[in-house]
Amino acid sequence: MAFSLLWLTGALSVLIMLFVVGYIMIQGLPGINVEFFTTSPRGGLSGDGGIFSTIVTTFYMVVVTLAVATPLGVGAAIYLTEYSENAESIIVRKLVSAARFGVETLAGVPSIIFGLFGYALFVSALNLGFSIASASLAGACLIIPVIIRTTEEALKSVPVSYREGSLSLGATRWETVWKVVLPSAFPGISTGILLSAGRIVSETAIFFVTLGGSYRVPHSLLSGGRTMALHVYYLAMETRAFDKAMSTAAVLVALIVLMNLSINIITSRISARSR
Amino acid sequence: MTSGSRHYGARTGMENTMKTVLLISALASVLIVLLIFVFTMKEAMPAFREIGIREMLSGRVWRPGNDQFGILAMIAGSGLVTLGAVALGVPLALGTAIFLSEIAPRWISGIVRPSLELLAGIPSVVYGLFGMVVLVPLVRAIPAPGNVGFGLLSASIVLAVMVLPTIANVSEFAIRSVPKGFREGSMALGATKWETIARVIVPAARPGIISAVVLGLGRALGETIAMIMVIGNSVVIPAALNGNPLTIFLSRARTLTGNIAVEISYATGVHESALFATGVVLFILIMLVNTSARYLLQSSISRGGK
Repeated sequence: MAFSLLWLTGALSVLIMLFVVGYIMIQGLPGINVEFFTTSPRGGLSGDGGIFSTIVTTFYMVVVTLAVATPLGVGAAIYLTEYSENAESIIVRKLVSAARFGVETLAGVPSIIFGLFGYALFVSALNLGFSIASASLAGACLIIPVIIRTTEEALKSVPVSYREGSLSLGATRWETVWKVVLPSAFPGISTGILLSAGRIVSETAIFFVTLGGSYRVPHSLLSGGRTMALHVYYLAMETRAFDKAMSTAAVLVALIVLMNLSINIITSRISARSR
Repeated sequence: MTSGSRHYGARTGMENTMKTVLLISALASVLIVLLIFVFTMKEAMPAFREIGIREMLSGRVWRPGNDQFGILAMIAGSGLVTLGAVALGVPLALGTAIFLSEIAPRWISGIVRPSLELLAGIPSVVYGLFGMVVLVPLVRAIPAPGNVGFGLLSASIVLAVMVLPTIANVSEFAIRSVPKGFREGSMALGATKWETIARVIVPAARPGIISAVVLGLGRALGETIAMIMVIGNSVVIPAALNGNPLTIFLSRARTLTGNIAVEISYATGVHESALFATGVVLFILIMLVNTSARYLLQSSISRGGK
């Protein structure tokens, strides 16, 4: 009896996933054709047109956000795993624990707060306006903790003997990190980057208050735009074009499924290699 | 640093430069947290000064055109929808966690776990859309005066699904970190598998499970877009629609997060500042929740490790 309840909850989790994904796919797929991908939304209340410009904006957002967040996140993770334990001075130790506190806090900040912050700092104070620049700087805050955590995991899984070998051959710590540790941690780091790309593709709240929502193709970092996720929101809430919203959502879900699959493939390769 | 070598080699120079650059990037997170705090606070100050913190927190009326900025209704909305999500989501998540860690055959966890991952990855706007199209019409069919489908119940169901993966994953981790000896000891004393799970393993994992729930709570409080889409967004203190107190969940509501997102694009002056103040309240609330979750998780890990 009790066991069948546990089986039921397990099954229910799978069924909920199948229901949500299945419903979106069944409702959304019929509206998807080549034209849907190659035309931009025409605006207006009927939700006419495809999603071309939103794909372009999503792509820009992912690239710019990752360009900002990856060096910072990977750099932070390298310091925290490779350098922090050798820190001699008390000040540096204090800074390290402050950095750890920062990462943990940032990971818990809800996205609308990043949006509010981005609106106050990037959109208004720095005068970047509702733009890809503002939105991706705010979006970077969201994914920096994700990249730091996954990179730390990846670095920790590189055997200590690799480092010892390199250091004993006379390499400096940075040379060891750059030429030995990072290459072997690369697959793990790449899953973190994929995960972050997924976050940006899915994110709506931050971009709702920083990206402006224009349905035109962006032509520079200072243009506004709307990502696919944001497009779903506008279609559902403002134009009530639920069929188009479903089709766009189906594209989004398919993209997320693809990303999850590649993350799982990379992860299973890593664990197969370390065995 | 102790060696007084004269030729400061290029390699040592590189080493020290990189060390500094990396330390600076490690500090970026603290800097961002500080900036967020400073900027949100700075923008919220005029509201706190002109309206007053107590007036904002206890004010029942939010009417920016009328200079009335009470956020009690939004606090109630966020609180109730989170409560609803936890009530619906925790049994399911906990059951799934126990199922995965204790009884599922390997090939079945190979189906359940990716399903949870996918649920975690689905964009919140897609959940919102699903809620609008599927759940709201279902909820609307419940007979109660003034029930429009959009409201706390629809929002709680959506939110329950959204926090399910978080709570299930962290609980599973907590259950798995219960030492093997506990299980073996219990079974050796003649307890059945079920008795072992219910009386030994789950109680031993309790701090971790609680922290999983609290973590889910933090997630739920912070959710924005899906909430705007299904909760109705009316600024009212939710109340039962008829004699049955449970119909309070059929009432429309607005969350703290939704309040910010819906109005920030056109707000100016004190109104804008009041929205930042809403953000400060939300930020502090979530910080409190997350800190307690982290504390509980740490204490459960250090206990489990012994």
